[in-house]
Amino acid sequence: MDWEALSLSLRLGAWTTVILIPSGILLARVLAWGRFPGRGAVEALVALPLVLPPTVLGYYLLAAFGGGSAFGRGYQALFGSPLAFSFEGLLLASLVFNLPFAIQPMQRAFAGIAPELREAAWCSGLSRWQAFRRVELPLAFPGVLSAAVLTFAHTLGEFGVVLMVGGNLPGQTKTIAIAIYDRVQAFDDAGAALMSATLVLISFAAIVAIHGLTGRRDRVRV
Amino acid sequence: MSDVTHGLDLAVRQRAPIALDAALECAPGELTALVGPSGSGKTTLLRVIAGLDRPQQGHVRCAGHTWLDAREGIDLSPQRRRVGLVFQSYALFPHLSALDNVAVALSHLPPGQRGERARALLEQVHLSGLEGRLPDELSGGQQQRVAVARALARDPAVLLLDEPFSAVDQVTRGKLQRELARLRERLKIPVILVTHDLD
Repeated sequence: MDWEALSLSLRLGAWTTVILIPSGILLARVLAWGRFPGRGAVEALVALPLVLPPTVLGYYLLAAFGGGSAFGRGYQALFGSPLAFSFEGLLLASLVFNLPFAIQPMQRAFAGIAPELREAAWCSGLSRWQAFRRVELPLAFPGVLSAAVLTFAHTLGEFGVVLMVGGNLPGQTKTIAIAIYDRVQAFDDAGAALMSATLVLISFAAIVAIHGLTGRRDRVRV
Repeated sequence: MSDVTHGLDLAVRQRAPIALDAALECAPGELTALVGPSGSGKTTLLRVIAGLDRPQQGHVRCAGHTWLDAREGIDLSPQRRRVGLVFQSYALFPHLSALDNVAVALSHLPPGQRGERARALLEQVHLSGLEGRLPDELSGGQQQRVAVARALARDPAVLLLDEPFSAVDQVTRGKLQRELARLRERLKIPVILVTHDLD
């Protein structure tokens, strides 16, 4: 069992979830209720990582992180180290490839809230922020929870983009999914089996958690 | 005799999205019914008074305050208009108990007084004992009364009711009409209701 790889994956999953869910709530809410030109294009961009081959997404991210792009050069000038093949680069890639897993469940949850409820909150004297906190967020919470669990579990399992952007540096970019591939290449079936079983268990527990938590809230709301 | 300075005075005109050309005055304690077929803009008129829709031209004045004056560029948000609006669908917050649905609209009171005031408002609409129920655990008529209690919670300067008789049975409708009549006498604010039939 490669504990270092598992710990790195858990750290990557946690950071991705902590950054993506709060900022994603805003985007999901805008996409659910906003009517603006280009909304369809934004929705398509958010969904793109679902259909793109991971290697294609990985290639473009690698190109963007490298010294050949203004973004990559700017990052290196600011922080003194390159983004490619670093934990920070991996985290940025993870934020991109998790966009649909984070945004879509939350967008559906916000879209399911009747507009009259927001208006009733405003007419009851609640500011827009209070209406969000006391009415919208509790009602959209099952969607937010699903998004968080899906994002975390998907980060643990992502392989193609991680390999392209991060490579295979122990302690830096070698996640558990890469470690499993590594073990198989080295004919270490026992090691690969143990780590695969660990991932299956974590993913299964995540799905049970989504069903349990959202189901319980739904029962409360009925 | 109309006492329009303390009541509601409204004139709106717009071409889109729904063509509207309306003017009305309603004194405190008066009830005005807006009657007309679906799609004639009755609900839009209520939304204009509440500040949820903005007409191209016109004004809304209530209790001596200007809430909307398109020419002067005045357009107060719904939060700054003292409006009690009962939606056709009631729009109760499904995750909150009857008591909390009312208490939410009492943010102008210190937190310690909100529970007591919300209880009193629910008692006024004959819902004592049901404070802890969620909206889904209440009948349609009871939900409507929670919505009325919530609308009254802000101590509104005008009470707006959107199709209050449409989703209730004949018996409830009769009761509701009597309660509205009592409410109108007690509250001394203009009451505007929208209905598609006068029965």
